[in-house]
Amino acid sequence: MLKVEGLNVFYGGIHALKGVSFHVKAGEIVTLIGANGAGKSTSLKAVSGLVKSESGSIQYNGKDILGDAAHKIVRLGLSQVPEGRRIFADMSVTENLSLGAYQRRDTAGIKADLEWVYELFPRLKERRQQMAGTLSGGEQQMLAIGRGLMAHPKLLLLDEPSMGLAPLLVSEIFEIIKEINATGVTILVVEQNAHMALQVAHSAYVMETGRIVLSGPADEIARNAKVRAAYLGG
Amino acid sequence: MAAIIQEIIQQLVNGISLGSIYALIALGYTMVYGIIKLINFAHGDIYMLGAFIGFFAINIFQMSFFPALIVAMIVAAFFGVVIERLAYRPLRHSTRIAALITAIGVSMLIQNVALLVWKPDPRSFPDVFPFKSYKIWGVYLDNRQLVILGVALFLMVVLHYIVRYTRMGRAMRAVALDDDAARLMGIDVDRVISFTFALGSALAAAAGVLVGIYYNRIDPMMGGMPGLKAFVAAVLGGIGVIPGAMIGGLVMGVAEVAVVALTTSTWKDAVAFGILIIILLLRPAGILGQHEREKV
Ligand SMILES: Nc1ncnc2c1ncn2[C@@H]1O[C@H](COP(=O)(O)OP(=O)(O)OP(=O)(O)O)[C@@H](O)[C@H]1O
Ligand SMILES: [Mg+2]
Repeated sequence: MLKVEGLNVFYGGIHALKGVSFHVKAGEIVTLIGANGAGKSTSLKAVSGLVKSESGSIQYNGKDILGDAAHKIVRLGLSQVPEGRRIFADMSVTENLSLGAYQRRDTAGIKADLEWVYELFPRLKERRQQMAGTLSGGEQQMLAIGRGLMAHPKLLLLDEPSMGLAPLLVSEIFEIIKEINATGVTILVVEQNAHMALQVAHSAYVMETGRIVLSGPADEIARNAKVRAAYLGG
Repeated sequence: MAAIIQEIIQQLVNGISLGSIYALIALGYTMVYGIIKLINFAHGDIYMLGAFIGFFAINIFQMSFFPALIVAMIVAAFFGVVIERLAYRPLRHSTRIAALITAIGVSMLIQNVALLVWKPDPRSFPDVFPFKSYKIWGVYLDNRQLVILGVALFLMVVLHYIVRYTRMGRAMRAVALDDDAARLMGIDVDRVISFTFALGSALAAAAGVLVGIYYNRIDPMMGGMPGLKAFVAAVLGGIGVIPGAMIGGLVMGVAEVAVVALTTSTWKDAVAFGILIIILLLRPAGILGQHEREKV
């Protein structure tokens, strides 16, 4: 579904991605793990069109999308829930969700997806009219995921959905990620919480300073000695 | 006592009429700033262009007031979009100061081309509303003030509706809050910016035409002072905050009229800068502004 080959991204003089390649198969949950500053967020941004890669290619369903404008990529069914939530703080929960569906015209489909998001996150439904900026951190993360789902994605990119959440909420969020995946949405999730991510993912990539250093089925990666030492606490 | 109260109400009426013109111009400054963090110094000149377009529409094309107002707004909107496209968009990713200097350059360009083409001499704006004055409880109100207040109020209500309740308005607010997040929603940020310039320029043009009927004279340099005052009004209300621009404009108009009434008209223009200095000292974020929050 997604084939990324040889991405090179520079921020001024910083070479953030040094020939990054990874694949996501339709229907899977794929995780990208790695230390701070490894280039995980940059990889997702490159796929979404927020940063430009100097070389390489990004094939989405057989179509080359490298260089396409970010707003056009969303229309192809590729939606990103960015790191740090990035919800629209001065807007209500409903407004945030309807912005998620900005590029859609199918009123009935939008309504059905809204019902679905409220079913996944009943807490959002209770807080429909509340300003997003006044939600708790966990609720904001739910809103960010819900907003991403309102685009009706075929491929959902999640950047650190567990960041700053209490352990109970982390497992809740990962349950929901599995639930979303079960409806046929392919998922690429970037995580610091390698333990959780490797439990739910089918396959995994490990990043270090701008490079993919390891890849394979998630359970194999979870057993890898180096990964255990570096990310899973031994 | 009654005489004093009448006088106060009279000055308020005059101040609000003038202030609603400042408010219309201030809205353009604040919307553009909100969305691309640029002080568009050419905005006062769009207001001047609007006055001239209205002038030609009425004088040469024999239009009546309202059609002329609409034509001025549409043509100015087009100019606003073109200016953004040619002058500001190429600098979107450069420093703020580069964009600011460019804006000053664009302003000078428009003024000087206008001077060249239309000559510096003031023109008298056609008398579309023969002066009629009404006296209500000792307070004078004329038909031009009523037109200004009516048009300004109507436009602000329309603007409020667009920004609050339409798809494009929601996109504008999203881009103002976080442009990358807006892109991830599928919002075409360039289009939203163009739309914002169109909207702001149309409001400035309406202000230009209204000033034409209020003061009866227009000239190519007329954008300078009201442009600056409207900018101060936008800062006063809290730059980037739309209701702030409306309030800032009204406060500015009333303050100016009050100072002229209490002292002499030589202090008229000093008011704006006095206010600017006071806000910068006391409350840099403006009346409705919040201190810049760090993005996460
Ligand atoms: N806008 C930017 N300007 C300059 N450098 C940047 C920018 N964004 C990221 N970088 C640099 O690129 C590298 C990769 O950053 P990236 O955000 O992709 O890391 P990450 O793997 O997501 O880290 P984290 O787990 O902390 O979120 C880092 O060295 C970072 O400092
Ligand atoms: Mg990151």
